[in-house]
Formats: sequence, C-alpha cells, structure tokens
Amino acid sequence: MDQFVQQLLNGLFLGAIYALIALGYTMVYGVLRFINFAHGDVFMLGAFGGLYVHKALAPLLNALPWPLALAVVMLASMAICAALGIAIEYFAYRPLRNRPRLNVLITAIGVSLFIEYTGQLVFGATQQPFPAIIPRQNISGLGGLTVTMTQVIVVVVTTALLIGLRYIVMRTRLGLAMRALSLNPTAAALMGVNTSVVISFTFGLGSALAAAGGILYASLYPSVDPFMGIQPGIKAFVAAVLGGIGNIPGAALGGMIIGVVETLVTGYSQKLGIPSGYKEGVAFIILILILLFKPSGLLGKVEREKV
Amino acid sequence: MLEVNQLEVSYGTIKALHGVSLKVPEKSIVTLIGANGAGKSTTLRAISGLIRAGGGQVKYDGKEITNQSPHAVVSKGLCHVPEGRMVFANLTVEENLRMGAYLRRDKAGIKEDVDYAFTMFPRLKERISQLAGTLSGGEQQMLAIARALMSKPKCLMLDEPSLGIAPMLVRAIFDQIVKINKERGLTILLVEQNANLALAISHYGYVLETGKVILEDSAAALRQNPQVREAYLGD
Repeated sequence: MDQFVQQLLNGLFLGAIYALIALGYTMVYGVLRFINFAHGDVFMLGAFGGLYVHKALAPLLNALPWPLALAVVMLASMAICAALGIAIEYFAYRPLRNRPRLNVLITAIGVSLFIEYTGQLVFGATQQPFPAIIPRQNISGLGGLTVTMTQVIVVVVTTALLIGLRYIVMRTRLGLAMRALSLNPTAAALMGVNTSVVISFTFGLGSALAAAGGILYASLYPSVDPFMGIQPGIKAFVAAVLGGIGNIPGAALGGMIIGVVETLVTGYSQKLGIPSGYKEGVAFIILILILLFKPSGLLGKVEREKV
Repeated sequence: MLEVNQLEVSYGTIKALHGVSLKVPEKSIVTLIGANGAGKSTTLRAISGLIRAGGGQVKYDGKEITNQSPHAVVSKGLCHVPEGRMVFANLTVEENLRMGAYLRRDKAGIKEDVDYAFTMFPRLKERISQLAGTLSGGEQQMLAIARALMSKPKCLMLDEPSLGIAPMLVRAIFDQIVKINKERGLTILLVEQNANLALAISHYGYVLETGKVILEDSAAALRQNPQVREAYLGD
C-alpha cells in the first residue's frame, strides 16, 4: 500500500510539470489552431535560463534565503523565455499566418531542431548538473513515504501558477480576448481585438509556464542538457490532447494523468512483467487510445461548424 | 459619413467586386440588396478590413480607412455585425456584451449601455448568464447587434440580420434597428437578401449584381421600380 501511495505521489509531482508544459500547447492551439512543436525546447531553454541566471547572480543569490533565490531565478528565466516565445512566433510563425496550417506545423519542427542544435552549440552537448537552489532534503514525519523538498516546491509552484493562469484567463481583459479569439477570430477582430497582440501574449504566457516547468524538472533530476525538452515536450503534447486540445483545465488534468500512469508503469514494471524502458511508450499508447475512442479528449467539446 | 469609391476585391484570380461605389449619409439607413453572390458581404468585409481591397477607396468620417486592420476600423466607430451572427458560443451573454465593449475603459458608461441593450432586447436579460451558443438564432442575432452597440459605434454595418430567423423575431429586430437609427442617430448600412423588408425601413438603396452596382435610388423609388419588383420583390 505504502509503495502504491509513494508511486502515486511521484506520478503527481512529474504530472504537475507535464501540466505546466501542456498548458502552453493547449493555449497556442486555442488561438492559432496549430501545435507548436518547439514548445518542449522552450522548456529546455527555461531550465538553462535558470542555470545561467543562477551562475550570474550566485553571490547575490547565496545571500538570500533560498525561497527568495528560487523566486528570482524562476521569474528571470520565465521572463527570458516569454520574450523568446514571443520572438519565435514573430519571426517564424507570423509570416505564415495566412498560409496552410501544415506549413506552420513543419516550420515548428524546424524551429524545434534549430533550438536543440543551437543549444548544443552554445551550451555544449554534455549533461550539466543543475544547482541545488531548492535544498536537497527529505520532508520528515510522513511514515514510510519519501517526499523531498523539491517535490513539495513542484506542487506549490504549479498550484500557484495554475491559479494565476486561471485568474488571467477568466478575469482579465486580455484573458477574455484570448477566449474570444479562440472561439471566433473574425468576430474577435470585429470587436476591436488586435489579434497579433493577443497571440503574442499567449505565446509569452505559455513559454513562461514552460520555463517554470523546466526549472522544476531540472531541480527534480538535477541535470540539464540541450535535448532534455524532447520527451517531456511530447508527453505534455499527449497530455494536452488527452485533456482536450484547447481546453485549459483539460491540459492540467491530462498532465497529471500522464505523469501518474507513467510512474505507476515504471514502479510496477517487474510485477506486470514489462521492461521499465517501456514507460516512454505509455504516453503514446494513451495517445492512440484517445484518438481511437475519444478524439475530443476528456474535457474537450466536439467542434461543430454552425452554418 | 461612409463613402466607398470604386472598390475592387478579388478572391485569388476571381474578381468579386468590380469597382463598387456607394455613399451612406450621416443618420440614414442605406441598404444594399442583391442575389446570393452579388458581392454584398464582400463589400462589408472589405470596408471593415476583414479582407484586402485590391483597388478603390473607403472613406469614413472624411478620413481614408482603406485596408486598415479590423480593430483599427472599430476603434473609429464603424462596427460590423457579420453574417451568421458570430456570437462567442462558449461565452455567456454578459461576456459577449463585455467583448463588444473591448476597446472601452469607462466602466459606468459600459454598464449604462448594457442596461440599454437589455431594454432593447429584454429576452437577452433573461438569458444573461447563459452561454451564447444555447440561444436561438433570433436571440443570437439580437446579441450580435447588442454586442456591436457596446462599442458605441457611430455607424453600424449589418450583414443579413434576417437570415434563418423566425419571422416574429425578424420583425422585433427590424423594429429595433429603426429605433436605434431614430433615437441614437446611428448611421446604418444594411445588407439584406430580403429586399422587401430592407427597403421598407431604409432611406436609400443600392442594387448589386455580380460585383457591380446596377441601380441606386431612394428606397421608395426602388420599391416602385419594375426591374426591382420583378427580380427582388417577387412580383
């Protein structure tokens, strides 16, 4: 029983990070109807952003209490990645705004490869250790369960970001414009929405969340490398589809589910008689099942064209 | 107030408008009638910046606004209620109205105008927190008009407000169109397939055929015109 609860918890911590990435996929799909395959690489850049900001500000940060240092590193990296996300949209996707969507999709794959290999050139191809901004210690008093401080922070930060995002989307003027744009771009433009501004905002927001996810992920498996965004990126994409692409709560739910299922499969692989290496395939099996049986996703609505 | 000169629009290699010219004087209701595919909606879409004009000129309030982006056009007080209503289906009636006031910051004025919209269309008030997608076609059209009014336009362009709507609601909607023109002095450019209905409330009319204006006159004269009677009024 303890082992099951332990695995479930581990799955939720991982799932929280998938959720943060999945939100970016789903929001961009909402406003532009395409999958930004470079999103996982922004997640990687977020982790490296954290690493370099920490290096550059080390003397200052070491003098601060660690939660404050974490906040500084995280906010700086989120801001950098928001700017990068906006730049990617501006230079790579905007010129193709009125072209077939397949062109943009292929461009996104190109952008993804460009970031990965430029990353390799700039950061080096080898794994680098990620600094212990969050103290590496276990939380005591949980009986047989092991929970680290990093895992607690993952949950705290993710929850805070989800609440913040919900506020932005549901309560602010730009959030309302985002929702309107995703429902009907023509009508939104006729109401005075500057669609380009809202699209930039969406990319910035999604990229900032991915950056936060990148730092949390790098803190959990304390290392970074230029290709670290590929697997989590693809799994978060599956999470977004699972939750119903374009649906924000769905992306969060999908991320949690993928994280938990993947962790459980790894944890029980021996008992189930499947090699643990198959955990990377779990997300894809879920993707195939979803596409077969509920293509609109768990919380997604079937899109009907009204005439 | 609104002046279109020799407007040309092409979809790919197909020319949809061959130099359409029309004038909408301040505080008047002007209608654009014509068969399906004559270029009525295309004219409105080019004026509001949804599609690019390949030639010609659009002037509003004395200033040229040709090929400006839709949000720039709305901000000048020229609002377009598109064909098919295009309400935001997954937003509530109230959120739809708030979207209409997207460019405004005066909270008190917005509230006042929401109340005005509800006195105009009391059915919307009953459905204030319902999702717009659950409304009937007629109610959606009311919402689309009310939403456009929330931007405080000086000129309103309505595209086929009677399309697919129960006759009883069509009457209510057209009564309100006349009322906002009289009470609020709103200039209206109305596109309609139902020529009878449109000419009954308009001051002036243009007849469009395959991308050209083939006839223009006062609405009263057009209703008597034998050519119009035969082709569009079902005589």
